[in-house]
Amino acid sequence: MIAGGHSLLPMMKLRLANPELVVDINDLEHLAYIREQDSEIRIGALTRHYQLLESEPLARHFPIFADAERVIADPVVRNRGTIGGSLAQADAAEDLSAVCSALKASVVIAGGGGERVVSMEDFHVGPYTTAIDDAELLVEIRIPVRPGAGSAHAKVERRAGDWAIVAVAGGLWLDGETIADAGLALSAVGLTTVHATRAEELLRGKRPSEELFAEAGAIASEDCSPSPDGRGPVDYKRHLAGELTKRALRRAAERARAGTTPGGHTWR
Amino acid sequence: MATTTAASPETPIGYGRMKRKEDARFIRGQGKYLDDIVLPGMLHGAVLRSPYAHAKIVSIETSAALAHPKVLRVITAKDLETLGLAWMPTISYDSQAVLAGDKVRFQGQEVAFVIAEDRYSARDALELIEVEYEPLPAVVNARKALEADAPLIRDDKDGQTDNLASPLWEAGDAEEADQVFAEADIVVEREMIYPRCHPAPLETCGMIADMNPETGQLDLYNGNQAPNAHRTVYAQVAGLPEHMIRIMTNDIGGGFGNKVPVYPGYVCAIVGSIVTGKPVKWVEDRSENLMSTGFARDYVMHGRICAKHGRITGVRVDVIADHGAFDSTAQPSKFPAGFFHIFTGSYDLEAAHCSVKAVYTNKAPGGVAYRCSFRVTEAIYLVERLVGELALKMEVDGAELRMNSFIRPEQFPYENKTGWTYDSGDYEKTMREAMRIAGYDELRREQAEKRERGELMGIGVAFFTEVVGAGPRRHMDILGLGMADGADLRVHDDGRAVLSISAQTQGQAHETTFAQIVAEELGISPDKIEVRHGDTDRTPFGLGTYGSRSTPVSGASAAVAARRARDKARLIAAGMLETSPEDLAWEKGRWYVKGDPEKAATIDEIAAAAYGEAPLPEGLEGGLEGQSVYDPPNLTYPCGAYICVVDVDPGTAEVEVRRFIAVDDCGVRINPMIVDGQIMGGLAEGVGIALMEVITFDEQGNCLNGSMMDYLIPTALECPDWELGATVTPCPHHPIGAKGVGESATNGSPPAIVNAVCDALYRSHGVAHIDMPLNPARVWAAMQGRAEPPQ
Repeated sequence: MIAGGHSLLPMMKLRLANPELVVDINDLEHLAYIREQDSEIRIGALTRHYQLLESEPLARHFPIFADAERVIADPVVRNRGTIGGSLAQADAAEDLSAVCSALKASVVIAGGGGERVVSMEDFHVGPYTTAIDDAELLVEIRIPVRPGAGSAHAKVERRAGDWAIVAVAGGLWLDGETIADAGLALSAVGLTTVHATRAEELLRGKRPSEELFAEAGAIASEDCSPSPDGRGPVDYKRHLAGELTKRALRRAAERARAGTTPGGHTWR
Repeated sequence: MATTTAASPETPIGYGRMKRKEDARFIRGQGKYLDDIVLPGMLHGAVLRSPYAHAKIVSIETSAALAHPKVLRVITAKDLETLGLAWMPTISYDSQAVLAGDKVRFQGQEVAFVIAEDRYSARDALELIEVEYEPLPAVVNARKALEADAPLIRDDKDGQTDNLASPLWEAGDAEEADQVFAEADIVVEREMIYPRCHPAPLETCGMIADMNPETGQLDLYNGNQAPNAHRTVYAQVAGLPEHMIRIMTNDIGGGFGNKVPVYPGYVCAIVGSIVTGKPVKWVEDRSENLMSTGFARDYVMHGRICAKHGRITGVRVDVIADHGAFDSTAQPSKFPAGFFHIFTGSYDLEAAHCSVKAVYTNKAPGGVAYRCSFRVTEAIYLVERLVGELALKMEVDGAELRMNSFIRPEQFPYENKTGWTYDSGDYEKTMREAMRIAGYDELRREQAEKRERGELMGIGVAFFTEVVGAGPRRHMDILGLGMADGADLRVHDDGRAVLSISAQTQGQAHETTFAQIVAEELGISPDKIEVRHGDTDRTPFGLGTYGSRSTPVSGASAAVAARRARDKARLIAAGMLETSPEDLAWEKGRWYVKGDPEKAATIDEIAAAAYGEAPLPEGLEGGLEGQSVYDPPNLTYPCGAYICVVDVDPGTAEVEVRRFIAVDDCGVRINPMIVDGQIMGGLAEGVGIALMEVITFDEQGNCLNGSMMDYLIPTALECPDWELGATVTPCPHHPIGAKGVGESATNGSPPAIVNAVCDALYRSHGVAHIDMPLNPARVWAAMQGRAEPPQ
């Protein structure tokens, strides 16, 4: 299956993949959309990165998308690559998977037997492996719109366009000065996207503060399992997991507060 | 009488900013590169490469590959042996296997060459070749290669019992250095690595070889930096008559030194064409380029610097040079460490000494350059990093320490402690210009304020002196070829001119710059001057473009050739004006009668007369031409002052280059816009080398940076808006006073960036040195007190 082709084509070029048949889905134009429906943001799987970057509804509800998209690859890649391809590749270093996890998104998978809705939690089964069966297609991403939301993405990379050394996606839903719900997911620090559930539990029901975010960072740093590679050793990656968790949550809280005032998003 | 057209800033008749003549075809996508060329009946080659860094070859089985319906030939070392081509000489008089027969010595080494009807089939057939290897222990660390129990890599060489690639080489006076260091107020000692990196031109290497079996004519399409020298090498290696070989480079998508050597793939393509009687194209892919072609640097340097009464008095260094499996370092024959002994920098030292040990390791051969004039980059990094650390430890300002220690203008020509004669310079003026542009004192104030707030801002200074324009034939040659360059100029009867040169542009805009040199000398508009290069049948002999030598050598040759044409024009004009040549004076574009400026002959008129029917002065033959083969009397010594401002994120250790000020003194500037472009490109490469570019290996010798995913080159987002300035100190011995600038910025920028990061981290974290690349993980480790050299 080829959409943007940014994972498949390099693999074919390196002779790591040698498919007999490639199905090009780029003509399924009706799968490229971003719309609000039933208290959800719904994103078609064939929506390109640049469309996510430029989307007004996403900027209003989930500025985390613009944070992440600004540092995903480069404009050439963003013009071609799709959100569906990003999620379906299930690469642990990929950014949108963490963004969708932090926002408690679900995905719609379509096949001959109809459609089914799967939570991000259940979607990524393992490294490069998803809940999509043979003869099925990822068609849509659904993100619930809830009040008091603030979200942010923080990433450190060796160079613009490189994969993350570590990236953290954070979402907070404030009820007054209390964290009603929290979402936290990390890229490039495990075999799959790391969903930091223990840190989320810590955050729920508490008042946002630097100390709280530092504590959440410390937990996230413990709960991830990075490997050493050309991007850095384990200790540095754990350090970044903590530091970036703090930064993402701090920003998410600022945005949640700003979002509750009339006139809205001053985050830009 | 006609007068010359008035010059506009965009099209000067001579020096000045004008748009690059070659860009019209480049920006329209009409450049012609190697892979654009398709010849009738052309076959395609692919190279099988070793997966091991060190292994015996037990057997090579090619029958399955030969059974592939589209495969014509599979060439191995055995086939090459029968032709006497299994090994070839390197540029440093070592030998290199064209295809490995006995054993493989680095991962990615060439083992077999498949020739097929198309590229895909050739690639497919590689997987059908069965090679049985017997893996051997590999050594990829230069120090470990010197240990007694290290595996012997070059057992092919008679008498070789260790991994030393050449005898210890020294320059300077060790005893004098001992004394100066003993009397110093302060000594700083530092081991530093200039890590292995790669030029990584966007166009990879390749060749089309086309041997005509009837005539014996061998046509080679190959983007290389020295086509005339390459032709001689092929003739010598293959025993072919040189005049029957023609090399055509066409457009080249970047070289940076990577396209100086002759690679095994080229020889295989030639052999392939000889044995098939058809043209054979071979183009390597990106991974092959990064893993097997000429790398750069890989110098382990143990440096020491000392000062007395606030002045730098001595520098010494012991180097281990890692050459990989074959010593194919590109440098003049008599200089085994290139021009590394320019490590004395810009300072009036009392003593200097260096020793260089060269070793073999199980890594790709090369040591070509990466925009570096024969190890000058390593030398400048060493001395400027040492000065940077010395300033930190003396708690003095780095710019002040340098200015206290500079060679003074009146000392030129200046003979340094390792045998170089610096031509000219006014270092303090150049330094002060950079400080003026930077607003240096204000920057220091800002830094002090930020320190109070715990912010990490650093200001790095580097001052470099290069030695380029190799070189005088009494001192230097490459493989026995004198390092001169030819220029042939013909002014046609319509006033247009053609200049043929041996220098080879790879993006440097020779078609513009060289036209401007002739324009300045003859007063012909650059638009009317065509510059020919890159075809050995249409150009004079010369050693090509690398080591910033085009303007210092070939550019001088062009100016001399133009002056010779101008001298002849004077004789013709004397006949036209019915006077004697001595009574004529020159102004740009015309000879006129002294005291009667209205009475004149323009260059257009003279050119027409040179080929016309009217009689010429007695004894004078027709035509208007000039030729030169320029042997430079000395090298040239460009210099520059660079100031870099960085911010280091205390939480993530990311380095941001916020400002970069570069003041270059490259002597007379022919086209300042092109010079600026050269500098900007070199600065970007400096950011890459300082912050991200590195080729590393694991302990088994696997190359860990074999793609653009793992070998990072910088983007515009890592580069600040460059702030450029200039001082002009003409070269006293060059016909037009130019010194060359192609590599200055790649030389000067890495130490400025590293000095800036250390300046940011020394007081707060005690970090006095970090080995490049300064990627976030490595900077963070240094901030934790755990800085390590790259693997």
